[in-house]
Amino acid sequence: MKRLFSILLGGGLFGYGLALSGMARPEVVLSFLQLRDLGLLLVMAAALAVTTIGFRLAPRLRQTTLLGLPFSHEVKPMLAGTVPGAVIFGVGWGLCGLCPGAAVASLGIGNGPVLIGLAGMFVGAYLQGVLAEGRPKLQG
Amino acid sequence: MGFPFPNGVTSYLVGGLFLGLGLMVMYLTLGVKAGASSVLSSTLTYVTPLTAERSSRQWRLLFALAMVLGAWLYAATHQAFFVTAEGWWRLALGGLLVGFGTRLSSGCTSGHGICGVASFSRASLLAVAVFMAVAIVTARVVMLLGVTP
Repeated sequence: MKRLFSILLGGGLFGYGLALSGMARPEVVLSFLQLRDLGLLLVMAAALAVTTIGFRLAPRLRQTTLLGLPFSHEVKPMLAGTVPGAVIFGVGWGLCGLCPGAAVASLGIGNGPVLIGLAGMFVGAYLQGVLAEGRPKLQG
Repeated sequence: MGFPFPNGVTSYLVGGLFLGLGLMVMYLTLGVKAGASSVLSSTLTYVTPLTAERSSRQWRLLFALAMVLGAWLYAATHQAFFVTAEGWWRLALGGLLVGFGTRLSSGCTSGHGICGVASFSRASLLAVAVFMAVAIVTARVVMLLGVTP
């Protein structure tokens, strides 16, 4: 129950922030990528100010999380797909102005057509998964 | 106010703080650095034989549903509902590349851009520089080609 409440609060704040900042509107993201309004940089800077401090401070103040779980110390490693994936993501993002989080939040502001973009994302993620994990076995 | 912030700075800064707070709630309770793009892989494990991110699929799906509710709450209280004017092919093709690329890169604007950079990951810093530069070039070219909206 505490876990469910935490996820709802965390995701709720995240989605609220995406709507408030305008990032849930692909047109606003595109206005950044077209270099007409650099607001997206401020969104990232403000979010980074909180998480850069918080990710460091929290594990020093407490052994475990408020729910008694271990803190992740994940630092994303450099993998063969890191840069090629970023190039492909960049082309897609520049084309439609949607990234995964903003697309999900966009549903909440009533942007029905974003379902097409989300469907595309699931197809893309599926194709990448099949290439990475091998063709799903149909027999045995 | 003109370039670089023709629409002011307040909504961007306050919105960004909310993003950071949402991620901190996840870190302070579940202990996770909650990037958004993994929800694509994790949700696929419900309906396909794929296995990536399977162990986190429950909280990731709930997190995404909560994001929808949070965004709805803002839109409903500020009359900020919005429907994009982009053509369907742009959403479909762009979405396909975003889904493939973020999973190949193991992160997106939140996973690499906020969580990864905040963790001083060199891979994330490089990924952000690359996807920002490529997206800016792509968006400018698409605009100059006269594709609207």
